[in-house]
Amino acid sequence: MDTLILSRIQFGANISFHILFPTITIALGWVLLGFKLAYNRTGAEKWMDAYRFWVKIFALSFGMGVVSGITMSFQFGTNWPGFMEAVGNIAGPLLAYEVLTAFFLEAVFLGIMLFGASRVPGWLHTLATFLVAFGTTMSAFWILVLNSWMHTPAGFEIRDGVAYATDWFAVIFNPSMPYRLAHMLLASGLTVAFLIAGVSALRWLWGERSAQVRATLRTGLVMGAALIPIQIFAGDMHGLNTLEHQPAKVAAMEGNWETRGNVPLLLFALPDEEARENRFEVGIPNGASLILKHHADGVVPGLNDFVAEDGTVEHPPVVPLFFSFRIMVATGFAMLLLSWAGVYFMARKRRGIEGLPKPLLYALVPMALSGWLATLAGWYTTEIGRQPWLVNGVLTTEAAVADVPAPMVLGTLIAYLVVYAALLFAYLGVIFYLSRKAAKGEAPEERIALAPLAQAQVAAE
Amino acid sequence: MTYSDPAIWLPFVFAALMGAAILIYVVLDGFDLGVGVLFPFADKDEQDRMVASIGPFWDANETWLVLAIGILLVAFPTAHGAILTALYLPVAVMLIGLILRGVAFEFRAKAPPARKDMWNLSFWAGSLMTSLSQGYMLGLYIMGLESTPATQAFATLTAVFLTVAYSFIGATWLILKTEGALQKKAVDWAKGGIWGVVLGLGAVSLATPFVSQRIWDKWFSFPEIVMLAPLPLGSALLIAGLWVALRRLPTADDSFAGLPFLGAVALFALAFGGLAYSFYPYVVPEQITIYEAASAPESLMIIFVGTLVVLPMILGYTVLAYTVFRGKATALSYE
Repeated sequence: MDTLILSRIQFGANISFHILFPTITIALGWVLLGFKLAYNRTGAEKWMDAYRFWVKIFALSFGMGVVSGITMSFQFGTNWPGFMEAVGNIAGPLLAYEVLTAFFLEAVFLGIMLFGASRVPGWLHTLATFLVAFGTTMSAFWILVLNSWMHTPAGFEIRDGVAYATDWFAVIFNPSMPYRLAHMLLASGLTVAFLIAGVSALRWLWGERSAQVRATLRTGLVMGAALIPIQIFAGDMHGLNTLEHQPAKVAAMEGNWETRGNVPLLLFALPDEEARENRFEVGIPNGASLILKHHADGVVPGLNDFVAEDGTVEHPPVVPLFFSFRIMVATGFAMLLLSWAGVYFMARKRRGIEGLPKPLLYALVPMALSGWLATLAGWYTTEIGRQPWLVNGVLTTEAAVADVPAPMVLGTLIAYLVVYAALLFAYLGVIFYLSRKAAKGEAPEERIALAPLAQAQVAAE
Repeated sequence: MTYSDPAIWLPFVFAALMGAAILIYVVLDGFDLGVGVLFPFADKDEQDRMVASIGPFWDANETWLVLAIGILLVAFPTAHGAILTALYLPVAVMLIGLILRGVAFEFRAKAPPARKDMWNLSFWAGSLMTSLSQGYMLGLYIMGLESTPATQAFATLTAVFLTVAYSFIGATWLILKTEGALQKKAVDWAKGGIWGVVLGLGAVSLATPFVSQRIWDKWFSFPEIVMLAPLPLGSALLIAGLWVALRRLPTADDSFAGLPFLGAVALFALAFGGLAYSFYPYVVPEQITIYEAASAPESLMIIFVGTLVVLPMILGYTVLAYTVFRGKATALSYE
């Protein structure tokens, strides 16, 4: 394998590992703030117990996100120097604003949020929780601005092969940014909803019957049930936006080779990129035309439109897009089914958690990681769908790669993969261990009313 | 070429900002990396207190590295590529080190007790890998980013010295943040580490002027040699002062416990100032100046305005965090 493909795999592995953790921390920060505020309002101990349990998972996820994020900021330089050389004038300020307005905020206040409860007044601890949640969201905002700009670049001009910003408003609010940002923030919300529901279901199945586990199981299910229809709508809008700006990507997602009307929605197929056709097609007639053009004979672009005169393929690879898109959508529908079923059973005869049938609880446990699966599949769809461009229409991936010897990249790639695999294993193991401990009733070490105590201590100083 | 021209003053301002970020990083993450390097010399209970002394800070400390590399990336994109591709392997070692130690903070506290030893090892090994690779990169950078057996040998030397220097500032941090037997141990560690600092400063100071005629001329011509005299003289005085202070610490009422740390910070600042003076105006040694590598002035201006607004806030809440967690380190608790 050559340096280009190895560098791509390395960055892909790195960013895949990284995104798992921000996907959790972005929404979990707000959920923790919700727990804290619910406790402040009601004084019910279950909310503080929920806070204490989930803040541990937050801290662990945050640490994993930080260290894998630092790695990426260096890989821009070690593996992709052409990226900053060509579009550094645009990407630079966006990344700088992420560091300045997000990274320091979250890093500094995380310390107070985690370890400061007994050292600062209750309001400052709540404020620190808010600022950490706000910081993670700001970070998501800036990085999605940059990522969206790489898909739908706007507000710039090229002079001597280098991009210069002409309109910062157009750069930031580039055509795909609002859709992508909404889609990702909702994805984070769903990931956390199902993580909380899944872990709580596991604790319930292990026999825990605390007020805390009831509260979090309900929170997770209701949150998931509320967010998933919005996500399906936002995802559809995002798809229509992609159709407008990156039609080749949508053609690959649909597995549609010829531009035509009455395109079926393929539930399954094996796209054959050599023969340029699908095998074993199973589809809903007119489905893709209906979704993308909102009428049965709507014309959907085909992949064959993106082949140059000399036969050079100018569209992204079809197989990975076709399947990763379907995995994402299927996971989304599983989320819809399970969360709505959960809410239905809880509402029926007002039985609450007791109303949840056992099979549903068992099904929720593996769904704890469904958000990860859908998020990764979605990102693979959109990012592989950008190929062969790094910045759509401006800079190819090949032009940006560093001239590092292939064996050296292979060496670091293997090292990263080993470390990531071990950490992922350890991470899931610790969540499992903490859940087990909580289910056995060992978790809330000390039951101290947090805010009043902290205030008393400050007053005493 | 006038100083009112943004194409001139903006690159200078960003070079100064980057320099400040690197210095702050080296001091802040220097002490917490150093605490990690010293880990095997402490017993189990002391290790917990050592982690407690840096637990609330390490994440924010590392953010200064992200800021420094971020400024290099955004303000001097061509230099960023040139430097980081030349340092490909040490950067990878550093990153894996940062990963291993960063996650260990959380895992050693949350994983099953039987695994704690493994995460302690991960914390120590990661800290050591990070320190050594940063020192190695410093050495290669001084040698003009050229990889020959001679420059690699020098880089290996700086790798060891920087690691000892980090242990030294880490030990001075522990003198400030701990008490009892651990504090006494930290004083001994600092006494041992200071000799590494002296040798490291000496090696870098001797080598740098010989790498380039330009740097030689910048130091050893008149009147520069007189104007610059405070740098080496100040360093010598600081080292002597530190030695005297360390011999008297810890005091009975724990007074002056912060003195060695402040001295170490001043020493790091002087050493860094000397290096910055030597290399200015080059960002890639003897190849690319900050003015040649700089991004478009309009892009720099956008960042500059944001920095003016946000940086004071960052400094403000960083001070807040250090104030909240002032005093001797106690066991870290979420309560």
